[in-house]
Amino acid sequence: MTTTVRAWLIDDSPSSRLQARLGRAWRITGALSRNPLAVVGAAIILVLILTAIFAPFIATHGPLKQDLTQRLLAPGAANWMGTDELGRDIWSRVVYGARITLVIVAMVAILAAPAGLIIGAVAGYFGGWTDRILMGITDVFLSMPKLILALALVAALGPGIENAIIAIAITSWPGYARIARAETLTFKNSEFIAAIRLQGASAMRVILGHVLPLCTSSMIVRVTLDMAGIILTAAGLGFIGLGAQPPLPEWGAMIARGRSFILDQWWVATMPGFAIIIVSLGFCFLGDGLRDVLDPKSGEQH
Amino acid sequence: MAFEPDTASIATASGKPKAFGKNPGVRLLLGLAGFIVTVAFTFLGLLAITFFIGRVVPIDPVLAVVGDRAPRAVYEAARLQMGLDQPLVVQFFHYVANVLTGDLGTSVSTGKLVADDLKRVFPATLEMATLGIIIGVLLGVPMGVYAASRQGSAVDQIIRVVGLLGYAIPAFWLGLVGLALFYARLKWVGGPGRLDIFYDGLVPPVTGLLLIDSLIAGETEIFFNAIWHLALPASVLGFFSLAYIARMTRSFMLDQLAQEYVTTARVKGVSERLVIWRHAFRPILVPLITVIGLSYAGLLEGSVMIETIFSWPGIGNYLTTALLNADMNAVLGATLVIGAVFIGINKISDVLYRVLDPRAR
Repeated sequence: MTTTVRAWLIDDSPSSRLQARLGRAWRITGALSRNPLAVVGAAIILVLILTAIFAPFIATHGPLKQDLTQRLLAPGAANWMGTDELGRDIWSRVVYGARITLVIVAMVAILAAPAGLIIGAVAGYFGGWTDRILMGITDVFLSMPKLILALALVAALGPGIENAIIAIAITSWPGYARIARAETLTFKNSEFIAAIRLQGASAMRVILGHVLPLCTSSMIVRVTLDMAGIILTAAGLGFIGLGAQPPLPEWGAMIARGRSFILDQWWVATMPGFAIIIVSLGFCFLGDGLRDVLDPKSGEQH
Repeated sequence: MAFEPDTASIATASGKPKAFGKNPGVRLLLGLAGFIVTVAFTFLGLLAITFFIGRVVPIDPVLAVVGDRAPRAVYEAARLQMGLDQPLVVQFFHYVANVLTGDLGTSVSTGKLVADDLKRVFPATLEMATLGIIIGVLLGVPMGVYAASRQGSAVDQIIRVVGLLGYAIPAFWLGLVGLALFYARLKWVGGPGRLDIFYDGLVPPVTGLLLIDSLIAGETEIFFNAIWHLALPASVLGFFSLAYIARMTRSFMLDQLAQEYVTTARVKGVSERLVIWRHAFRPILVPLITVIGLSYAGLLEGSVMIETIFSWPGIGNYLTTALLNADMNAVLGATLVIGAVFIGINKISDVLYRVLDPRAR
């Protein structure tokens, strides 16, 4: 049974679209699983997602539950990562913080990647002045310092997690637009596009149905590699006090609270930092592995 | 990304009549003109973005500038002065004119002109970032070259992980941990601030860079105190710079070492040291300049997070303080200056790349 499934998956001439897609997924998974760092990365992301889903079962305390008699306790049997200045259990807060991180990362990807994709594909497909104007704007955004731009945007929009997400998304789309444009240019003049156009397909139909799907693999690589940067920016905004607001257990904001106690109660600020580092590394590892499999041309230079 | 020429400059270059293309002098001039147009366009874009953030995004831009405790008269005066009764295009024109004449408005929290404030705080950031990039280059380049020459070895793996950690560690966290460890525990470095308090204000500011000012004044004691305080924040910045530079150097070197001319040199019996430094390293110098430029620009940006931790009186600290006080003129002024320096460094390294690389000329 398993051999026939495998044979069906790696069939050179798939008989249906589903078979072709599953076969491709199978080959990518296989190639990824031979890369130890990519496996570690994928495992970290999986743990992050599971932690976010099952946070109430993994946390030992309520993330917002204060106990002023238990303030600033060192890590121990009852509080695995110690407690903060309000007697809240840091482990539980880190666990619930996974939800916030995941929401930020997912929302930025959902907002920025499609926007970049469409702008880049439209610019590449139509060319001429459309291309010049759209890419001119993209280049201006690309040459801005991202973090500073995000800071100024949040300052204008007002502090808060939603505005932080919007600000990070506004600073992230240009990279995706660049990639989508480059990819579009490579197959804009291919015969299959000409064939669809001869059948009378509108520009929108060609772009949405035939150009964008071909950009997805390089886009997935780029988005995964960008995740670490997005997490760091979000944590930075939280740290400065412009991102998630207290008492939300956002990791960057938690580090900011622990700042005053860094000399004597080091665990308050360091523990959330480890969470950020592990998750960011996970995305880096997975992104590197995905790039080797999906987009081997681009090499190290992202 | 950094190695792609800008589309705008390509567009201008290809639009020129072909007849001029034969004369190298004219071509250079046209290339220069195209480049200047690109740079001007980018700076105009930066102005448009700050204008947009300051005037269009906030619900009440006047309130964002004067603060919500301002009396009615101040509010009205600011409203008139900002020209909010005019159409947006006119407002933008005025904004650009103001910025070009060095008028960035007044800061609500310091009560001084934003331009003067920025002039005062910028040297502190420059000093820290410059030391950071020096650390990054001096350590990062050899690390990258070594890792590439021993590809797959344990050292190579370690350097790769260090490179990735540069993408994964929050700068402010590293600064905090460094402060707890090297200042509080080990007492290897000075604490927050640029100098010990009793040295403050003893050196007349000439350049604003304490290391140079103290030498001009002949105060070696203050010079060493300044280094003592700079060491940790500059090392933290240096870490991020070296992570990036080592990663890029390694990948450039691997490309070169796989080339046939390297094999030829080896077959001819050239020593490994010469193969690496003379044959493989030379050609990567040009792209490395771009990488170093990008990293330097990135450090100016990264200092925003670091300066808060180290109470460093630089532009980053100024910006974060302004952010928390909703002091919009100061925020936009600092954003504009950091953005302009960032773009400037990037464009300069872009020019250097084109001038130095015969293929890109």
